[in-house]
Amino acid sequence: MAGGVGVDLENLWIRFGDFVAVRDANVNINGGDFFSFLGPSGCGKTTILRAISGFLQPSEGRVLIGGNDMAGIGPNKRPTALIFQNLALFPLMKIWENITFSMEVKGASSAERRKRADELLEMIALEGQGDKLPSELSGGQKQRVAIARALCAEPDVLLLDEPLSALDLKLRQHMRTELREIQQRVGITFIYITHDQGEALTMSDNVAVMRAGVIEQIGTGHDVYDLPATPFVASFVGENNVFRGRILEVNGTEALIRTNRSGDLLAQITPAARGVLKPGDEAMMFIRPEALSLVDDAGAHEKTSLTAKVVNEEFEGNSYSVFLEGDGGKRIKMSLPNVGQDRIASKGEDLTLKYELRNAVVMPAGELAAE
Amino acid sequence: MRSNILLSRIALGLYLVIFFTYLLGPLVIMSMTAFNSNPFPTIIPWDCFSFEWFQVLANDERILRAILNSVIIGLGTVVLSVAMGLAASLILTQIWPRWRSTYYTIIIAPILIPGVVLGISTVVFWDRLSRILGPATDGLFHNGIFLTILGQSTFIASYTMLVFVARLQRYDPGLTEAALDLGATHVQAFRKILLPFMRPAIASAAVLAFLASFENYNTTTFTFGRYPTLTIELAQKVRYGINPSISALAFIIVSLTVFGALATEAWRRGRIKAEAERNGEAVAQGRSILPGFLRGNWAAGALVLFSFVVITLFWTARVYSPDQCKAEVRAAKQAEAAKRREELLRRRAQQRMQQQMKGPDIFTPSGKPAPAEGASTGKPAGGKVPFGSVFDPGNLEGQSGTGAAPDQGSNAAPAAKPSPFGSVFDPGNLANQAGAGADGESGEAPSEKADENGGEKPAPPFGSVFDPGNLKGVGGGAGEGN
Repeated sequence: MAGGVGVDLENLWIRFGDFVAVRDANVNINGGDFFSFLGPSGCGKTTILRAISGFLQPSEGRVLIGGNDMAGIGPNKRPTALIFQNLALFPLMKIWENITFSMEVKGASSAERRKRADELLEMIALEGQGDKLPSELSGGQKQRVAIARALCAEPDVLLLDEPLSALDLKLRQHMRTELREIQQRVGITFIYITHDQGEALTMSDNVAVMRAGVIEQIGTGHDVYDLPATPFVASFVGENNVFRGRILEVNGTEALIRTNRSGDLLAQITPAARGVLKPGDEAMMFIRPEALSLVDDAGAHEKTSLTAKVVNEEFEGNSYSVFLEGDGGKRIKMSLPNVGQDRIASKGEDLTLKYELRNAVVMPAGELAAE
Repeated sequence: MRSNILLSRIALGLYLVIFFTYLLGPLVIMSMTAFNSNPFPTIIPWDCFSFEWFQVLANDERILRAILNSVIIGLGTVVLSVAMGLAASLILTQIWPRWRSTYYTIIIAPILIPGVVLGISTVVFWDRLSRILGPATDGLFHNGIFLTILGQSTFIASYTMLVFVARLQRYDPGLTEAALDLGATHVQAFRKILLPFMRPAIASAAVLAFLASFENYNTTTFTFGRYPTLTIELAQKVRYGINPSISALAFIIVSLTVFGALATEAWRRGRIKAEAERNGEAVAQGRSILPGFLRGNWAAGALVLFSFVVITLFWTARVYSPDQCKAEVRAAKQAEAAKRREELLRRRAQQRMQQQMKGPDIFTPSGKPAPAEGASTGKPAGGKVPFGSVFDPGNLEGQSGTGAAPDQGSNAAPAAKPSPFGSVFDPGNLANQAGAGADGESGEAPSEKADENGGEKPAPPFGSVFDPGNLKGVGGGAGEGN
């Protein structure tokens, strides 16, 4: 993927009147990366995308594409192509005209355009559909046409604004794979906006998680999932069980936390908080549902096990979800694979659960994502 | 319950019949009058089926020039008001929201201002401007076509803007952004994306603007200068008296409208059907003798039928001559007039006999024994009493020309004569013979006498002659010539 064009945001601020949509964003996106901005709606991720594509001028800071400052350069002069949330296919143009619109405005002949359209239609597996109108295609087909239209412009950077959100689940999952494949084939930088953590994790090389205009964490999917930097990231990306408490002692990258309800537990300190977290600090510890398991040899894991009363149990086909009484009215969720058990536990029963130290992460207390 | 529903259905049907009669009746009647050879736009009495009024219309230079002016002004107004309306609507969608309602009020105001005011202000404004800018601008700024286009566009642009705003509300601004993002300039994005999207609205706005311009009177009446439009010309014509050539024009316009409406509807339905077929929806495939494009499309059928009727009419016009019929009608009218005269004569004879029986005392005050005069000229008109029936409104049906006669009593005499002049006052002839009354008089001794009689003594019989009731509906005019 060498040769892709990188995008850098330097101290980017975007304000609408008194409202700050983006607060001091600093992001380096490598050329050829599949980079996602992940966040709940209204967090400012689309605003960043519009600033990169040139529809918005930043209030402060710079947008650099391939090292060039984009200030004062309009969207039609930037080496970017944007795939809109609603796709914005031109309803009155045929598919091939849609795809080659970027050539038309440069004055390419009809024959050249037809030829290029046929190539791209083949790439998106829509051969022979060039003479249809967008309204005659299905959602997934429109999606691919939008991608082909953007690629036809031969952009250095492709920007995608939640392009899969309008599709049904099956198609969405299929398109994730397809998008990733296309990106690897064309080798250009993809910047992807989504509120769906699944999309972000499956497709991206790197993910930036945003909350209320602030970028909370940038990292690979693994980093973001396994070592969340903030309670927001921990609770927004995937499911997580939160244990509130106070730090008892810090030992290198590990810390012992006195939780409000589940006794003293060991966890590793998230990289962003190492050296910051001190004994006595308010802290939050997170353990994923799938990292919890039933204790087989009682007493062996004093600092990495906890006991709680079962509230209920759900059978989900490939797995069981067991809900136990947790901290502050929240429930602890444990996820166990279905390997032929009839059931895990009965209601009201006390269960002892254990976890591996590397699966528990602790950080200073903060705001959780809204559920 | 059931009868209630039936009753309300009947009431509704009746209402619809009345409503459509009220709506379309005048148009139908007017169109029919175009084919009646009667010189007044009327269908009763129906004289002859005739195309002569289309001929008259085709030879009417003033009307033709007025139509040309109307078309030129209409096209100019279309161009100007579509451009202005589109610009105004685009600004409306882009302007800062806080100013939007104010801007909208300003832009819509011309619709609320009376057209008369717009007309006057247009003339005054451009006149002032030409004074300021010097005589070089005189020609243009006082040109009727220029002023009329500007005057009409002031408010027609507001109408077109409303059409555009409605369409723009369904436009996704993301499309323009997408075009820009793909490298289009703003001009290209406008021309290739927004304009094609607006095309249907532009078409309807253009039709609307053209029709509004074509039918406008109150603004144009101040601005037309030396270029009267059709409405102006028609209004002037009505003032001088109308003939059915105006009906012929109306028929042509109505026909074009019906044709246009049917064609649009047929095309629309055809497209819907084509779309349904393309989407593989079930279309009734019953066997039918009709060709495919007519099936399930009543508008197309009506269009074909209508075209057929119009073509038949034109074909008839080429081969059919109403001359014979007209001659027959004329003869019939003459015969009727002759019959009426005979009847008159008979009555007079009777009356004379009655008078003789009563004695001459009625006439003594005048000192002139009227019956004697009548006898001396050998004409029945001499009789005083007979005038009574001469002025019987029944005799004057439809004849504005003779109506004034009672003022002087002069025309009445010839009318009563059996010989050559009888047919002079035949209603059918009157239109062509403006001078008839005068001719009749000059050739007539008795008329003078009658005049004297009438003037000198208001003998009792005249009492009813001057009854205003007799003159109802009888225009002045011709009689004054005598």
